[in-house]
Amino acid sequence: MSTDTASGEGFSDTETMTVREAIRQALREELERDEDVYVMGEDVGTFGGVLGVTGDLVEQFGETRVRDTPISEAGFTGAAVGAAATGTRPVVEIMFSDFMGVCSEQILNQMAKNRYMFGGKTEMPVTIRTTEGGGMGAASQHSGTIHTWFAHLPGIMAVAPGTAHAAKGLTKSAIRSDDPVIIFENKQIYENEGEVPVSEEYTIPLGTASVEREGDDVTVVATQRMVGESLDLAEELAGETSVEVIDLMSLYPMDTDTLLKSVEKTGRLVVADESPLSYGTHAEVVARVQEEGFFSLDAPIQRVGVADTHIPFSPALEEEILPHAEDVRAAIDRVV
Amino acid sequence: MVSIDIETEDGQREILRRMLTIRAFDTKAGELFADGELPGFVHLYIGEEAVGVGAISALEEQDYITSTHRGHGHCIAKGLDTYKMMAELYGKRDGYCNGKGGSMHIADVDAGMLGANGIVGAGPPLATGAALTAQYKGEDKVALAFFGDGAVAQGQVHEGINLAATWDLPAVFVVENNHFGEATAMEDQHNVEHLSATAEAYDIPGFTVDGMDVTAVYEAVKEARERAANGEGPTFIEADTYRYEGHFEGDHQPYRTEEDIDLWKDRDAIETFKNRLVEAGAVTQDEFEEMRDEIEAEIEDHAERAKAADYPDPSEAYEDMFNANVPEINDFAARMRADGGER
Ligand SMILES: Cc1ncc(C[n+]2csc(CCOP(=O)(O)OP(=O)(O)O)c2C)c(N)n1
Repeated sequence: MSTDTASGEGFSDTETMTVREAIRQALREELERDEDVYVMGEDVGTFGGVLGVTGDLVEQFGETRVRDTPISEAGFTGAAVGAAATGTRPVVEIMFSDFMGVCSEQILNQMAKNRYMFGGKTEMPVTIRTTEGGGMGAASQHSGTIHTWFAHLPGIMAVAPGTAHAAKGLTKSAIRSDDPVIIFENKQIYENEGEVPVSEEYTIPLGTASVEREGDDVTVVATQRMVGESLDLAEELAGETSVEVIDLMSLYPMDTDTLLKSVEKTGRLVVADESPLSYGTHAEVVARVQEEGFFSLDAPIQRVGVADTHIPFSPALEEEILPHAEDVRAAIDRVV
Repeated sequence: MVSIDIETEDGQREILRRMLTIRAFDTKAGELFADGELPGFVHLYIGEEAVGVGAISALEEQDYITSTHRGHGHCIAKGLDTYKMMAELYGKRDGYCNGKGGSMHIADVDAGMLGANGIVGAGPPLATGAALTAQYKGEDKVALAFFGDGAVAQGQVHEGINLAATWDLPAVFVVENNHFGEATAMEDQHNVEHLSATAEAYDIPGFTVDGMDVTAVYEAVKEARERAANGEGPTFIEADTYRYEGHFEGDHQPYRTEEDIDLWKDRDAIETFKNRLVEAGAVTQDEFEEMRDEIEAEIEDHAERAKAADYPDPSEAYEDMFNANVPEINDFAARMRADGGER
């Protein structure tokens, strides 16, 4: 697995755009490229998606290909599974990942298991895009970071981009994949800008991580919002501590090789992910690194995430719960 | 299998043949299970043959169906191979799912059979999705969902129907009202007398038909298919039927009496249809018996061959997860096995 494409190297033509625009560009390109691709979800059409991701796509592609659904996550997610099994490539938007509780049956027992249970005789090219994360004062039922549940579930690929270029490349690969992929978009980073290859050929292989900044003293493996915060922190610490920042990007499959290579160099690892700490994404990274890279480690691995709480409403409380760069800095301080 | 013309003698014989095949297959499956030959659970379709065969005979070959945990009858009506079905019941590699699915998950997507289903009520949204594909691609295909009276209490059934109705999708929803969800009577699960009342809420046509009469089911589905294919949206059909056997093999059935069952057996769908054909001169009693014996012998043979067939190699447990190559599955497996996963 090469990380060249993962970081967008090799594509000289880039533009600065937000994560939101990058995802929309990915959707636009894939809708243009393949007639079998269509987008569906609540208010994705004329309204452009409640968080504005689908934007004006309906104007270009019409209501058959960018379709508003009734408010029935189980109904349209289940329909996407049946539609994928019969020869189309639906891209489903679940407004807030917390609502995946409502359609978990179709994800858990149908989308994830059909291929295996049918002896490999069907493909399941469904893409689910959903939003995660706190920071908007949206309280517990609209702020969850639940990607661990689904990354844990056999039969599903799960990705969580941290940058604009990752958002575009992963979205395109998810849509092209014949396997079910869930994309977890952190809504706090939609406005983050970055350089994005504008080539239609630009994709990121599922199962790759991206070294976003090289460093020698400590590796920070981050996801989603924590990628940007860790990069800023690394810049701040430059000259004092040399921090290597990796955007994990793909939760399952996971690019263990890139993680191991980095830890071999730095000997220290901090994992920063905005999900509850117990039994989490962090644990999976830690397990893989210690299983194969234990002897590269010079210090205990550190985790940065959300304490095992829900996301509260009051800004004062929410701020307390969410992980930030200073938490990553504290973790680095503990091991360097 | 192509749609069957119930007006022709060939068609009538084929309908009879499929109903007999289901009866023979599930009778055999019940015996094998009782003898401890089969792993897992089996849910028998005996008594309900007219619903599956009547409905699917009215469809075209290219149409899709979704099924339930009680799916053998739907598979046979859709033309699936009874040897491969038996092999799947045994968990053998020759089975439809290479032994990974078993009785509750037999599927043949190429034949339009989108899977039996271990989750009550999961099928209707899947059928809605298949109907969406047909509409999206402009194909002359219809998707029919079978589900039980118990499943009508599941939310996702209604979400699937609402979506299909809203989008005028080419779907048909067929409730097999066999009067029980496991051990609980239909009356104790629903407040309506006829489940077809459901249709009203979605402003789609809804009928209750005699599910012991293969002709009645056929005609209702034929009409529904036409409507679906014409872009007029889904139809909701309740077929009033009965399962002769327990919910699963070994169910001691405290919820009903032998007399209850006999009342329905008096109206047995196979017997009724056969008698009608004999009267009309389409088959003779002898021909019927010959057909039945032939089918039973074939099922017997399929069961024996399935029993003798090979199990999958244990290493196949790690296959078929993804279309893409995902190395960690094999890596993890190799590390867990004392032999390093080599074979
Ligand atoms: C979601 C779910 N809940 C419960 C069960 C257990 N279960 C299996 S079959 C069944 C009864 C289903 O009744 P019905 O839909 O009427 O179908 P029938 O068995 O009568 O054909 C139940 C409760 C299940 N498989 N899935």
